[in-house]
Amino acid sequence: MTPLLSVRDLSVTFDVRRPGSWPWTPPRKLHAVSEVSFDIAPGECLGIVGESGSGKSTIARAVVGTLPSSGGHIMFEGSDLANMDPRQRRVHRRDVQMIFQDPLAALNPRMTVGEIIAEPLITHEPGTPRKEVKKRVGELMERVGLLPNLINRYPHEFSGGQCQRIGIARALILKPKLIICDEPVSALDVSVQAQVINLLMELRRDMGLSMIFIAHDLSVVKHISDRVLVLYLGRVMETAEARKLTTLPEHPYSQALIASVPIPDPVLEKARPRPILEGELPSPLSPPSGCVFRTRCPKARSSCAQEVPALQDIGGRHFVACPYHEAEQVLAVNG
Amino acid sequence: MLPNRAAVEGVAAQMQLAEVKGRSLWADARSRFFRNKAAVVSLVLLGLVAAFALFGGLFAQYENDFVDFSLIGSNAYLGVPSIETGHYFGTDSNGRDLFARTVQGTGISLMVGIVGALVAVIVGTLYGATAGYYGGRLDGLMMRIVDVLMSIPFMFVLILMLVIFGRSIFMLFLGIGLISWLDMARIARGQTLTIKNKEFVEVAVATGVHPLKIILRHIVPNLLGIVIVYATLLVPNMIIFESFISFLGLGVQEPATSLGALINEGSRTMQFGYYWQIAFPLFFFVVTIFAFFFVGDGLRDALDPKDR
Repeated sequence: MTPLLSVRDLSVTFDVRRPGSWPWTPPRKLHAVSEVSFDIAPGECLGIVGESGSGKSTIARAVVGTLPSSGGHIMFEGSDLANMDPRQRRVHRRDVQMIFQDPLAALNPRMTVGEIIAEPLITHEPGTPRKEVKKRVGELMERVGLLPNLINRYPHEFSGGQCQRIGIARALILKPKLIICDEPVSALDVSVQAQVINLLMELRRDMGLSMIFIAHDLSVVKHISDRVLVLYLGRVMETAEARKLTTLPEHPYSQALIASVPIPDPVLEKARPRPILEGELPSPLSPPSGCVFRTRCPKARSSCAQEVPALQDIGGRHFVACPYHEAEQVLAVNG
Repeated sequence: MLPNRAAVEGVAAQMQLAEVKGRSLWADARSRFFRNKAAVVSLVLLGLVAAFALFGGLFAQYENDFVDFSLIGSNAYLGVPSIETGHYFGTDSNGRDLFARTVQGTGISLMVGIVGALVAVIVGTLYGATAGYYGGRLDGLMMRIVDVLMSIPFMFVLILMLVIFGRSIFMLFLGIGLISWLDMARIARGQTLTIKNKEFVEVAVATGVHPLKIILRHIVPNLLGIVIVYATLLVPNMIIFESFISFLGLGVQEPATSLGALINEGSRTMQFGYYWQIAFPLFFFVVTIFAFFFVGDGLRDALDPKDR
């Protein structure tokens, strides 16, 4: 099956100027994302996990097209994002929609809910009669669990979970093929998180959506994703089926990440061994040579500094970027 | 899967709810504004001053340029404010009806202030929002133009313009229009820089909304609060500015007049006991300016509740 979205060796760099430097001094390069590749089949959900600053949101923005990539290719339905003509770009903008972390910040405070949800529709189908727009907005509000009679309310009159539902409705009104969820539940209460995630799963099943689900909470990602991609300092560490990655991770970073998810049972939680990661995420301005994870890796050897470990296929669509990988049983994340 | 879905549908079906009218942030601000007593009183006063400027002429017994020669020289006892003679505010030193002249002066002063503020709001906001939204080189170029214009001593240029091209109300408007939008452009740009990084703007960009629509639909409404406050505070500044020009004798041309010109004339005869010649124009001047400042303060408190 041809993938809906195919990302090959994607790199995104930012120019960083030292404050007060001369305008002609070449700026330093910040490598937010380096050589990331993945595919998403129609209807598939890819989870992306990683610490803050690992480049998760950068990937999302590059795929949506709001950030230019500095290397590699993003192919959407077979056409490269970098050399699309305006008409193709318009189609791409219709088919890829995004849901944001802070639900309230993603809604214009001066617009009513109806106007917010209808905006993509009005932008892409300007001729739609008012009545039709209103009808579709109403249907969609009902679909995401909002009362349609709240159409004239303003975002500040809603709770965080409701605001996120508004954001989801806006993302869905054009019937997109791919939805990118950038930490859609991180800012919500746990109980509301569950509702929103269940809503997303339900919508995905009913509408056959593909999804990129970004989070730093592995238990959430495991619940919703088919495959999971573990990111560290802009590089892929490991990618595998969600169930496999959360129970039998191979890469030392994935193991540490999964071990850091608390188990809601004090006895088990105390008893389990946990490889705690020392230190901080290194600066992406001067990443470590060789394997970027070696400065914090419990299994690091001197050879790790020599060259960047390639992603190796260990069977069953499971890829690991560590030559010394070994499966380690980690206590299953709850859920 | 969704626990409250059935409940939501049930409730909606049962109640057949009418659409709920939302309370916009503007509506909230309005109610906060009307709780502010000083601002409301000032707004009423402003309304009265405006009504005076618009309809005062209907009550005037004389034309504003009619010179009553019989009064010249006997101003001190014949030109005093009185109901009987029809000179409600007395006469000026040339024997013209001060009531009619104050009506006209108030009108011109208000117009100068409002034109200045309007130019600032329209040109300044759009200019600043465009510079801030596009950023980069365009922003640098546009803001350097503002810097250059700001660094020119405008009072000097305006006086030169009035001297070279002749004193006219159009020149005055032109001069005021030229400077009033500069500060506003800077304020709007600064606000735009913070607004454009908000996620709702990013959503609009990702959806493919045209940049012009983003500026008009997402950015301008969100910086309008600050712009309105600044505009109301700009109106009295413009009135003072015009009064200063008129006080120097370079403003509006006779027989037209403005509050500044009237105060200038009044100040010359004040020492001879013709107190009314300065008192009436000064009263309208002070009331207008104080009212604008209080309204501006009230608007700021109403539109930026977090700012206090």
